Amino acid sequence: MPVSLPASIDETLALLQRADYVGDRSLATALFLSLRMGRPLFLEGEVGVGKTEIAKVLARGLGRSLIRLQCYEGLDTASAVYEWNYAAQMMAIRLAEATGDTARDRLQQDIFSERYLMRRPLLQALEPNPAGAAVLLIDELDRADEAFEAYLLEVLSDFQITIPELGTVKAAEPPIVVITSNRTREIHDALRRRCLYHWVDYPDAEREARILSVKAPNASASLTRELVSFVQKLRREDLFKAPGVAETLDWAMALTELDAVALDPDVVGDTLGVLLKYQDDIAKIQGSKAQALIDEVRAEVVRGAAIAS
Amino acid sequence: MGRPSPREASSKRSPCKYVGALAMTEQIADCSLAEPQPSGQLALNIMHFARALRAAGLPIGPGAVHVAIEAVELASLTHREDVRTALHATLVSRHEHTILFEQAFAAFWRRRGYLEKLMAAMSSIATPQSQDARKPQAGASRVADALSGTRPNKTVEKSSELSAALMVSSQEKLAQKDFAQMSAAEVTEAIQLVSRLSLPHDAVRVRRQTADPRGVAIDPRRSFRKSLRAGGAGIELARRSPEEARPPIVALCDISGSMSDYTRVFLHFLHALTMRRRRVHSFLFGTRLTNVTRLLRAKDPDQALAACGAGVLDWAGGTRIGSSLHRFNKDWSRRVLGQGAIVVMFTDGLEREGLDELAREMDRLHRSSRRLIWANPLLRFAGFEAKAGGVRTMLAHVDEFRPIHNLARMSELCEALGPKSTAAVNPKSWLRASV
Repeated sequence: MPVSLPASIDETLALLQRADYVGDRSLATALFLSLRMGRPLFLEGEVGVGKTEIAKVLARGLGRSLIRLQCYEGLDTASAVYEWNYAAQMMAIRLAEATGDTARDRLQQDIFSERYLMRRPLLQALEPNPAGAAVLLIDELDRADEAFEAYLLEVLSDFQITIPELGTVKAAEPPIVVITSNRTREIHDALRRRCLYHWVDYPDAEREARILSVKAPNASASLTRELVSFVQKLRREDLFKAPGVAETLDWAMALTELDAVALDPDVVGDTLGVLLKYQDDIAKIQGSKAQALIDEVRAEVVRGAAIAS
Repeated sequence: MGRPSPREASSKRSPCKYVGALAMTEQIADCSLAEPQPSGQLALNIMHFARALRAAGLPIGPGAVHVAIEAVELASLTHREDVRTALHATLVSRHEHTILFEQAFAAFWRRRGYLEKLMAAMSSIATPQSQDARKPQAGASRVADALSGTRPNKTVEKSSELSAALMVSSQEKLAQKDFAQMSAAEVTEAIQLVSRLSLPHDAVRVRRQTADPRGVAIDPRRSFRKSLRAGGAGIELARRSPEEARPPIVALCDISGSMSDYTRVFLHFLHALTMRRRRVHSFLFGTRLTNVTRLLRAKDPDQALAACGAGVLDWAGGTRIGSSLHRFNKDWSRRVLGQGAIVVMFTDGLEREGLDELAREMDRLHRSSRRLIWANPLLRFAGFEAKAGGVRTMLAHVDEFRPIHNLARMSELCEALGPKSTAAVNPKSWLRASV
């Protein structure tokens, strides 16, 4: 079911919540503006803070189809925009030869018709859709080459693509564009200028607890509280790669599977690989540091309980 | 802050400030003329705010101001936080500018209307006045040089008419002379030669494909299009091959006191490199790490170096290579080393403390870069031995170890950035020699 675009920031926030995304108000504002102004939303942030998820949630919440373009080195128009089905074209030519039907103009029209056109994500996103304009997710743009970025600039400004043999395809209703980047390369200013920018940060303790209660409901409330507090403290340590929300969720699931009811050094030590993905970081936290963090967490929980009672 | 200054008090009384500002809006943003403003004061304030940010060094074009006004009108004015996000989304496009934005926004919201005050506050961060003051100064010396006609390179050109041999030998002499022992005039000449160093064509293959008549792979799209030209009589094959691109260069330059004789020339080298290559990232470090990539993009070398001087706080001080590298590895390596970058370190490696940290960070840097070249001016001494703890620690983790104390060595480094590398610079040989 297509849903009309939200009319206010509060409605945008509600839309995110309905689709099980616990977002903060600044994200809702950026999203609302991007929808109303018809500008692409450019999301940057550390790995695993839920950038890609935002586009998925948006598509689900608005009842639109999600078209995803995963970027990688060497991405070109043949795999991002369109490609002709050469094998089928060759066959059609051979068949025409065999039947003696060699009228040049008609053959050309047949061979370069939409029948033999393979649509790739960017072209798909411009085509009319009964459910309303699609959500186009351009994921990890920093992985694509600079040349592709320049091409994208052209598409995003006019929302039209020219196929020499067929003509120009122009979107009747421009798609909702979400671009994400992990900053392994700096995206050029020219592209940034055309977008609305939002930095997706790690959530605060309260929001992270809400995310866990939505996404990992099996973990007990007390474990969730301890776990969130531990991860929040871990992010303040000087680590090469701090754990993202995705890691917190994995950890919550891992601890639930192990039937842990509270954090203790052994369990933390055994499952640290779920949270930290670099050996240096694990070596730094394992042992006494983990113990110290757990003590802090417990003291905090006790303090919180005292205030509550 | 304290009590208001007399100037501030007078601006509070007279409305003429807004009249002047309005005239400026009409010049800058024609939207104020084109349509009746739904909230004229707001648009004006946003424009002022954007100008304050621009003065602080944020890249904000006039177009962004239009967009910001539109956005703030869409986001109702009921929440302060919404306005903040709306302005942030439209005026900021880099995470590192957020801090500046937050400060400006807080100041602006507290005392809307006192823009002069705000501009003054912002300027202490970015020091535009001091830059303005420096600009003519930097240019002035060159103007004076040009007028007096005694520029070193001019004399070289003149002498080239007289005696080519003499020029070659004097340039050769200059090429072999240590930067640290040059006179001021020689340094100036050397810097001009630096900007003319020939960079090698060090292309590496990337996965993108490009048209190439001698390519191995067939390009079906172009083949079919070509066959149309002949009416489909036969298919003439078009071919393609992997494209070649120049890999990024990341330079880490030590600006501590022990390197001070070389810093200026190295910065000119980095500037020349930045001007002629697309992806060059430059960092300076002494006791802390500073990214000067954007500062070095100024066309004029004097201006670029002056901007570096203003932006870097730890000139000619102590050196903490380990902790500087730690900052680089943590904050920047994932952002600039992504596409097979070559890393060049300009440092003497004289680090006494924290050798464990240095070893750890060098190891990580080595593993995340395609090639790690260490250019060390101390190699000028014939009897140099890798005895110092810092030098030994770093040598274990670099791919190449080269001297860089004069122009000849610098042009060798340029060649080394290219595809072929020589065995003479093998760091292992230095480690073995001084066991």
